[in-house]
Amino acid sequence: MSKDNLTINEVRDMMLSVADKIIESEPILTDADRALGDGDHGVGMERGMTAVKEALSDKEFPTVAKVFQGVGTAMMSTMGGASGAIFGTFFRSGGKSLGDADTFGGEQVASFFQEGVDAVMARGGAKPGDKTMVDALAPAADKAKEVTSSPVSDALASVAAAAEAGKEASKDMIATMGRAKTLGEKSIGKPDAGAVSVAIIAATMSDYAQG
Amino acid sequence: MTKMKKLINDPLKVADELVQGLVDAYNGECKFVGSRSIVKTDIPDGKVALLVGGGSGHEPIYHGLVGRNLADGAACGDIFAAPPPNIVFEATEEVDKGKGVLYLYGNYAGDVMNFDIGAELSDDEDIEVETVLICDDVCSAPPTEKGKRRGVAGLVPIVKLAGAASQSAESLQELAAVAKKASLQTRSVGVSMTPGSIPATGKPTFEIDEDKIGLGMGIHGEPGVAEIPMASADELVPKMLDLLVEDFEKDEDVAALGAGDEVVLFVNSLGATTMMELLIGLKIAKAYLEERGVTIYDTIVGPLVTCQEMSGISFSVTRLDDELKPLWDMPCQSVCYSKMEGRYGG
Repeated sequence: MSKDNLTINEVRDMMLSVADKIIESEPILTDADRALGDGDHGVGMERGMTAVKEALSDKEFPTVAKVFQGVGTAMMSTMGGASGAIFGTFFRSGGKSLGDADTFGGEQVASFFQEGVDAVMARGGAKPGDKTMVDALAPAADKAKEVTSSPVSDALASVAAAAEAGKEASKDMIATMGRAKTLGEKSIGKPDAGAVSVAIIAATMSDYAQG
Repeated sequence: MTKMKKLINDPLKVADELVQGLVDAYNGECKFVGSRSIVKTDIPDGKVALLVGGGSGHEPIYHGLVGRNLADGAACGDIFAAPPPNIVFEATEEVDKGKGVLYLYGNYAGDVMNFDIGAELSDDEDIEVETVLICDDVCSAPPTEKGKRRGVAGLVPIVKLAGAASQSAESLQELAAVAKKASLQTRSVGVSMTPGSIPATGKPTFEIDEDKIGLGMGIHGEPGVAEIPMASADELVPKMLDLLVEDFEKDEDVAALGAGDEVVLFVNSLGATTMMELLIGLKIAKAYLEERGVTIYDTIVGPLVTCQEMSGISFSVTRLDDELKPLWDMPCQSVCYSKMEGRYGG
């Protein structure tokens, strides 16, 4: 059965399931980053999501925004590296855009992803096509804007599919940012590790919302 | 590749534990601050402060460069990861003595973002911050795009010079100007032979064929300009130094490196390359530079900028002028690098 909105506690539990999924995916993320970067993305995400679990477990939040901001702060202050700054910025800015909303529906999904990706681009200087996590986030945000009136379970399913397609598309791109940029054309054929993380996060959010 | 044997405890606590050990090594000269910074205990009021930092795992840099006439503090990241903004801020607050703080660190996307957010947090507390990025790796971008280069071993002589300048700098801007000059006059070139490993996973940081080496590869194993066949020291070292000399020549912002120049030559091991190999490299580099009329004013040799058990060697050249030479001559002391007044043989 499709769900119109998630409650604050459901958003918290959704992010706890995202944290578990990312921690479980550490080997996949490590391998993805070793191909193009220095191989620290998996361990960094595992560390950040372990902190997210501590920050969210058994806690009550006054708004949906505070849940996402808690996720961002936990990641930013424990991960370090480019990933910590960027994922932290994504969740904090995306969350902040939700104001005092106490439910997470199609409108909030769109606002969360759009504000989140805008802040990531401002912080890191990446644009779509640079073979970064933006290549999974930007199509996800675009899709979210088209499905604002859908039930949240459907909206997140569409967003997850767009993020997955974006991650796949990043395989054909040439890295121009971060440590992978020195690879140039050798970076073709592999997805960006940050985009892999985004695809896993979006898919797990969607899985949770399907109930 | 088999997993490296590492004498550690919880892999996720490696950085915390090594920084605590570093503080112990400083024996009271430095203290552990906040989540994971190391700061000198006796920074005088009114001193322009110098803060370094970066990912851990490259010991004895970056945090080992905190010391007398060197850096005042270091924000320490996790293994191979930039320090988070809260750590940068905690270190900034601790080293600031009212005259502002210079951030001097290697140019990596993660470090830049986290130090920038740290600078924003510091600005909220009215602490003045300037940033000078170390971009000395000539193989990571052409001279016209120096701002995109990675910071590698050259940071040791650059931090040494900036640390000396910070003792008497009247203003943050004055210190930043010296750090910029030291940065501009410092160039490095490296090769990597075998990878280091990530302590938490035991996995190698990169893969390379048995009989190949990575020319210009970064200290985390970022790909360099070319994979070339393993060669003898006599073949390889001049090839590497050619890249350095060419870079000074092509770069319109500096004079070509040649007759009459005095330089500090730093021969660094990435970890596993032995002192024996560094000394052979040093001998060849000295002859190469002297043949071009360049005088080696002083040398540094040793594994100071490392990546675990990665094997590889880098050569850094810092050209001294009348402003930088007295700064070089100042004595300094830290866990990473210490020297007496003047120079060897001087």
